[in-house]
Amino acid sequence: MSTPYSVYSRGDPCGRPDSDHPALSPPYLEVRGLKKSFGLKPVLRGVDLMLCRGERMALVGANGAGKTTLLRILAGLTKPSAGTVCINGLDIARDAQQVRRLVGFVGHQPYLYDELTVMENLLFFGHMYTVKHAQERASELICRVGLERRAQERVGTLSRGQVQRLALARALLHSPQFLLLDEPDTGLDQQGSELVYELLKEHAEQGGTTLFTTHNLERALKLSNSIVTLERGRQGLSQQGFTGDCVPCAGLGVSPNLLL
Amino acid sequence: MIFLEQVGAILWKDVRYELRSKQTWIGMGLFALLVLVIFNFAFDQRVDNKAAVAPGALWVSFVFASLLGLGRTIAAERGGGGGGGEGTMERLLLCPVDRKAIYLAKLMGNMLFIGVVEIVALPIFAALFDVPLFTGALIPIVLLGTLGIAAVGTLFSAMAAATRARELLLPILVFPLIVPVVIGAVRATGTLLVSVANEPPWLGLIVAFDVIFLSISMLTFEYVIEE
Repeated sequence: MSTPYSVYSRGDPCGRPDSDHPALSPPYLEVRGLKKSFGLKPVLRGVDLMLCRGERMALVGANGAGKTTLLRILAGLTKPSAGTVCINGLDIARDAQQVRRLVGFVGHQPYLYDELTVMENLLFFGHMYTVKHAQERASELICRVGLERRAQERVGTLSRGQVQRLALARALLHSPQFLLLDEPDTGLDQQGSELVYELLKEHAEQGGTTLFTTHNLERALKLSNSIVTLERGRQGLSQQGFTGDCVPCAGLGVSPNLLL
Repeated sequence: MIFLEQVGAILWKDVRYELRSKQTWIGMGLFALLVLVIFNFAFDQRVDNKAAVAPGALWVSFVFASLLGLGRTIAAERGGGGGGGEGTMERLLLCPVDRKAIYLAKLMGNMLFIGVVEIVALPIFAALFDVPLFTGALIPIVLLGTLGIAAVGTLFSAMAAATRARELLLPILVFPLIVPVVIGAVRATGTLLVSVANEPPWLGLIVAFDVIFLSISMLTFEYVIEE
C-alpha cells in the first residue's frame, strides 16, 4: 500500500519530497519507530507519528503512558533509544541546534529562574534564542499572558498559575514554528485555560504546529484538530482531521466516539 | 559574536542570581576565613617556618572555599520556577546555545565567585600570618591557580550535579585532579616569600595544567551535560 509515509522515505530519514510526487511535501513532524527505555524499563515501544504544518495534535493517555517522555525527546532534552525524529526536514539527532530554534516547549517544569524577575527571565531567554527586539517582544508577551503588573517581581514570588503563564510566554518568546506543551493548563484557572486556547489558536493562525498532552479529552477535542492516544508506550487510537483542517496526514480514521 | 553574547548573558544571569540569593559568596567567604583562622592558631608561627606553612594554608583555604562555590553554581541550575527540577541545566539545554558557551560562562562565573573570595581573604591572610605577600608576582599565581581549579571544578560539578551524592562526589572527583595545580601554586607562592635557587618553573606547570584541562573540559562538557 502506498502511503505518504513510504513516499517521503528513500534512505534519508528526513528525506526531501520524492521527485515522482512533487505535490506532496513532507510532514512537519515525522516520528518513526521511536523507542525509549530507562534501564530495562521500556517507556516508548515504537511510536510512529506524523503532523502536518499548522496541525494541532493532542496526545492523550493515562499516567505513565509515555507522553512526557515523547515530548521531552521532541524537545531535545532526552535522547531516544531507537528510531528517528524529523522536524521540518531536520533530523533531531543531527541538527539538534537548528531544531531547538524551531521548538517552544512547556513541560512539567516551568524552566524559569526563581531569583530573576519576570522581565529578566524573558530577556535572558531572549538572549539565548537571539530574539531581535527582545525587550519589546518580552513586554508584549508579558501583557499577553496577563502578568504586566508583576513584570518586575521575582518568579519565586508568583503563584503556580502565574508561573505557568510565564512558562507559556517563555515558550512563545522566539516565535517558534512548533509548540510542544505538556499538560499546558496545569495549575491554571478557567481564565488561564482560555488563554492557552487563544494562544494555540493564534499560533495555528500564524501557521504554527502544535503537539500537546492532556488527560482531559474534552479539552483535547476543543483545542486540537487531531488526537492520538498513547497506551503503555505504544500508539493507540488516532483520529485526525475531525475539524477538517489536516487531510494530507489522515490517520486510521477512528471515530471520535471510540476515544470517548 | 552570538557565542560571546550568550556567554555574557549566562554570566550576567549567574551573577545577578548570586547577588540576590547570596548563597555562594557568603558561604565561601566565611569558610575561607575560618580555615585561615584555624591554621593561624594550629601552627606554630615562628619566623623560620612561616614561609613553609603560610602558602599551604592560603591555598588550602582557597581550594576548600572554591569547592563549596563550584558545587553551588551548577546546582543552582537545577529546579527553580516552582518546580523540583528534573535534570541538570535543562533550562539552558532547551535553548539553541553552544554547549561550549555554557561551559565558558560557568567557568567565568566560578572564577569571579572564587576571585571575590580571594580578594577578601588575601588581606586577612596577610594580617594573620604577617607575611609580605602583596607583590605583583602573586597576581598571575592566584589567577592561573584559580583558573586551573575552576576549569576542572566546573566540568566535574556538572558531572556530579546529575547524581544524588553530588556534595560528596565533587571533592572526591576534583581533589586528586587538582593536586598538580595546588602543588604548583603553593610552591610558586612560597618562592615569593623565600627565594630558592634552582626551583622548577612552577608557574609553567600551572599554565600547562590550565591549557590541558581547559581544552579537555571544553571538548567534553557537551557530553557531560547532555543525557
